[in-house]
Amino acid sequence: MAEKIHVPTVAELNAKGVTPDVLFWVGCAGSFDERAQKITKAMAKILSHLEINFAILGKEESCTGDPAKRSGNEFLFQMQAMNNISIMNGYGITKILTTCPHCFNTLKNEYPDLGGNYDVMHHTSYIQDLINQGKLTFGKGDYKGKKITYHDSCYIGRANGIYDAPRDILKKLDAELVELKRCRSNGFCCGAGGAQIFKEAEKGTKEVNVDRAEEALETKATIVASNCPFCMTMLTDGVKHFNKEGEVQVMDLAELVANANDL
Amino acid sequence: MQIAQQILFVIALGIAIYFFYKNVSKIRRNILLGRDENRSDQPKKRWSIMLKVAFGQTKMVARPIPAILHFFVYAGFLLINIEVLEIMLDGILGTHRIFAFMGPVYDVAIAFFEILALLVLVGCVVFLTRRFISRIPRFHKPEMKGWPTKDATIILITEIVLMAAILKMNATDQILQARGVDHYANAGSFPVSQYLVPFFDSFSTSTLIVFERVFWWFHILGILVFLNFLPYSKHFHIILAFPNTFYSKLKPIGQVDNIGSITNEVKMMMGDPSADPNAPPPESFGAKDVTDLSWKNIMDAYTCTECGRCTSVCPANATGKVLSPRKIMMDTRDRAEEIGKRMDSGITEPDDKNLLTYITPEELWACNSCNACAEACPINIDPLNVIGQLRQYLVMEKAEAPNELNMMFTNIENNGAPWQFPATDRDKWTTEL
Repeated sequence: MAEKIHVPTVAELNAKGVTPDVLFWVGCAGSFDERAQKITKAMAKILSHLEINFAILGKEESCTGDPAKRSGNEFLFQMQAMNNISIMNGYGITKILTTCPHCFNTLKNEYPDLGGNYDVMHHTSYIQDLINQGKLTFGKGDYKGKKITYHDSCYIGRANGIYDAPRDILKKLDAELVELKRCRSNGFCCGAGGAQIFKEAEKGTKEVNVDRAEEALETKATIVASNCPFCMTMLTDGVKHFNKEGEVQVMDLAELVANANDL
Repeated sequence: MQIAQQILFVIALGIAIYFFYKNVSKIRRNILLGRDENRSDQPKKRWSIMLKVAFGQTKMVARPIPAILHFFVYAGFLLINIEVLEIMLDGILGTHRIFAFMGPVYDVAIAFFEILALLVLVGCVVFLTRRFISRIPRFHKPEMKGWPTKDATIILITEIVLMAAILKMNATDQILQARGVDHYANAGSFPVSQYLVPFFDSFSTSTLIVFERVFWWFHILGILVFLNFLPYSKHFHIILAFPNTFYSKLKPIGQVDNIGSITNEVKMMMGDPSADPNAPPPESFGAKDVTDLSWKNIMDAYTCTECGRCTSVCPANATGKVLSPRKIMMDTRDRAEEIGKRMDSGITEPDDKNLLTYITPEELWACNSCNACAEACPINIDPLNVIGQLRQYLVMEKAEAPNELNMMFTNIENNGAPWQFPATDRDKWTTEL
């Protein structure tokens, strides 16, 4: 493992008179959820490895308001949004990178109307750009020929039409991509969206994440690649439901990329 | 005799157009019960979406078999209308095959229409089979019980009967033409109906003329009746699909509009100088009834042909929850119809019902907001948009969110995260790198 990485906050850089090129928006899951923190760390390692001038808001970051908005609490959403916007505008933030599709969607599509205009990127597109620019290469071939299936998160896929970037990354990893039966625009939700992850599901015959995990297991892939901390939770639980956690790993694209670079 | 037929025809046509116009106006009025929303920007983009999605049927191809069958029926509907134009002119002017002067072009056209008619017929038969013999699950969800299934059956059978009439009309016509009967000049070629000739060949000329007239009248009256059935039917999509796709949402499918009146309130609370202190406070939040929805939501509802693609891809529905996005749209339409009917009977005071009389909170809270429904709709109907507005009403007006969601709201308010973690721990992960 490389030497200790320091992740600066925007305030810290600001005190030195520096504005980060990229604000890494960590999001609540990425900050607090133990599993999702690993995704956050992987992304931070990639950024640090490439010596990108980035920073986080740290304690100044607060929920984007997305789960409130999807559940119908527009008031709370706008309060959160406007607070976040005033902080980010105060620091002169222009570019945001996030590992959460839900943060991505609201920052990119719903913040502009409230005065928050940024170039917002989800890490799938961001990593693909880094690969295309030749900044990120994969020499080791950890995943060469490995059967990997990819789960389209709703808010990167359908909601924002990003289908190719994640697949291109997997191709660059030399992995054998096995598509799920329901993929791309026909992708099936992990069960977390619409604030479902925060509550018990309504009465039904099956859990959504179990349905999706079952489909992923059918592909016989040993890795299920995802791009969303909430999908991560749901799919991991789904795989556990079938007692397959020993054989099948759910991994975020950022983690795969970081691993392939020994970060 | 001829003139009597012409007069009868003009009367029938007049009545049909009058009632159709009247009923379509009512639907238009019901759609406009919704609140205002601008969906007329970027007309170029809108025309292109309409051409692609409605005219070009691009979203149908996701399911190839129904796409091909539907294309037969759709092409038949569009093109056979050219022949209907001829039938109308013949009916008014007392002519027979008024476009026959086009000679070979006419022959090719009639041949083409016959093939289309056969394809429509085949399409509808297969559709009936899919619905009632292979029993495709999406056609048998609870919301399809009763009228919706009857409606579908009426549509399919009517189309089969109408197409059969056109082919039988042509069969008798070509026999009359061959016998050189006056008024039945040689025109058209009949690649399909020629096979029906043996069934009619043995009849006398006068009987055949009666048959030909009966089929002709049956076909055109059938079309006029069918036209007037449309406003009462899910089949109205053949008209509304075009405007509905024109007024599609142009922003990314995941974007949900911010409520402007709330923006002003929040700005005032935050002491933002750009807030308008004189703006009226918001009257209500979200939608309780169709009148709180946007007109586009109601147009969506009237456009829905209940194909159930939305419901078949809905993760909640697939896992046995009560939510069915198709039912959300059907309920929206039925409620708009209910309000419209009250207006028709001159009742001005509001009833004690609203859209939430039709849609339960259990349905609304089962939604994953995954947008699979909106993506799957071949004519860009957006059920999630309606669900979102109803949720807003439940949360902001009634404070009736599920308990866990209320806890989530409290957490966001108190510590800036949906869970109960101290905000000071937000960057704790950085110490573990």
